[in-house]
Amino acid sequence: MRVTQLLKSYDGNEVVAGISFDVPPGTCFGLLGPNGAGKTTTLRCCLGLTQPDSGDISLCGRAIPAQANEARTCVGVVPQFDNIDPDFTVAENLMVYGRYFGIKDPIIRSRIPDLLDFAGLGGKDGARIQTLSGGMKRRLTLARALVNDPDVIFLDEPTTGLDPQARHLIWDRLKQLTARGKTLILTTHFMDEAERLCDRLAVLDHGHRVTEGAPRELIAAHIEPHVVEVFGDDVATWARSRNSLGERLEVAGDTAFFYCHDTAPLLAALDSEATLRYIHRAASLEDVFIKLTGRELRD
Amino acid sequence: MSTRGVFALPSPGLRWLPVWRRNFLVWRKLAIPSILGNLADPLIYMLGLGYGLGGLLPKVSGVSYLSFLSAGIVISSTMNAATFEALYSAFSRMHVQKTWDAILNTPLSIDHVLTAELVWAASKSLLSGLAILIVITALGLTTSPLALWVIPVIFLTGLAFAAMGLIICALAPSYDFFMYYFTLFVTPMMLVSGVFFPADQLPPLVNGVASWLPLSHAVLLARPLLLGEVPANAFGHVAALLGIALVAFYVATALTRRRLLK
Repeated sequence: MRVTQLLKSYDGNEVVAGISFDVPPGTCFGLLGPNGAGKTTTLRCCLGLTQPDSGDISLCGRAIPAQANEARTCVGVVPQFDNIDPDFTVAENLMVYGRYFGIKDPIIRSRIPDLLDFAGLGGKDGARIQTLSGGMKRRLTLARALVNDPDVIFLDEPTTGLDPQARHLIWDRLKQLTARGKTLILTTHFMDEAERLCDRLAVLDHGHRVTEGAPRELIAAHIEPHVVEVFGDDVATWARSRNSLGERLEVAGDTAFFYCHDTAPLLAALDSEATLRYIHRAASLEDVFIKLTGRELRD
Repeated sequence: MSTRGVFALPSPGLRWLPVWRRNFLVWRKLAIPSILGNLADPLIYMLGLGYGLGGLLPKVSGVSYLSFLSAGIVISSTMNAATFEALYSAFSRMHVQKTWDAILNTPLSIDHVLTAELVWAASKSLLSGLAILIVITALGLTTSPLALWVIPVIFLTGLAFAAMGLIICALAPSYDFFMYYFTLFVTPMMLVSGVFFPADQLPPLVNGVASWLPLSHAVLLARPLLLGEVPANAFGHVAALLGIALVAFYVATALTRRRLLK
């Protein structure tokens, strides 16, 4: 999967403004960004569902969009919103979907038990879709995306709206897929998810690539290793007067974020403040994300 | 999609068959109520109007009113079945269930999906028209072997109305939009196309306009065939329905590409 200088505008608004990335086989690549950053448009372009204004895309050795139909034979997609067929049972969904790829019925039928086991849906062949929980539907969507034994799998926010148990199961399965040599391209809002799953990731904002790298590298490159979050009454005034205790200070609402290499002086100062509470933690991808894309809300 | 892409001629090949089959499999689960529903409504109209109104009327176009009406009912129920499928059912799959989005993530494209929807809606209308045809035959309202030619006429009528319905589906923001199509197009057309009474009863101007409508062509083919006659200008009517189906399908494809491939 390779994308070079992708550009797409709608009515003069550049939604994707010259994005490039390259995903080696068997790795997981993350596309991160606030709402409206251009993630979904980028994925649609990669699948040949949106015609870019310019740029080159190559997927499974095919040029997109010219050979998009052929390229999609080796691709699986987990869309942002489940679109499982509500009129069919679990197994029928896989059967009908496999036929769209031109796969013969006996081959699909032989794959169904393994797919359902993989998705933690063993024995649910005949279950009606209305009886499945949100997590089960998501796992069925994942199983459906694997029905053609794809080389590349696109996942658009695969765990949004799931409970922690369901998210962990999905994460575990996605790791198994990369271990089997599948290439994953993932968009997500969850930084812990990206940190856990992605070998490399790109942060997008306003259609531009803000940075790209391995999660650990990005944290090391952009953020001091320690974060102390302080909350309490009038924390802003307190924090600003002790600005020098951290390399960088950010105040958002009633929380002050100190980014430091050495936290000892700050923690000592905090211990003498009875009215303030704090959390001391290691810097995470979320800190990088917020630093690069800002704190203001995106609609 | 580029402008050229939106307006390219549809090129579906045969890969659309699994999509047609998907719709068929869903229909099969509800086949009995679906067939009964498709049959009951037109039969009530036909028998109610045919016996009730027919008793008051002398012969219409040389036959009993019930015989006259039967061709109109076959064709109008074909139209209704194809139109409902291409509007409400296709719109559900496109917009509500996002079934089309799921299919577009496979090697299939909009051309395949729309071809499948077109042929599926026509197939369903064929079942509907055929069911009425069987009842008409059982009631002895048609006896000529020429009536068998109504079967391809039903399918062609289904294709034309399915294709037009898919245009409306591609333009619809919500289900409510379909009321305009029925109120402004389908219902007036039913009344001027010779379904319930001979179209030449109408003022010449109205009749002249009506003769261009797809429903008129279909009725002018089906009625003589059911009465055991070869239709006048059969080739012209077939060509008109085929032309409407092809042009409407092309427009529907372009509009759907514009809608979904942004």
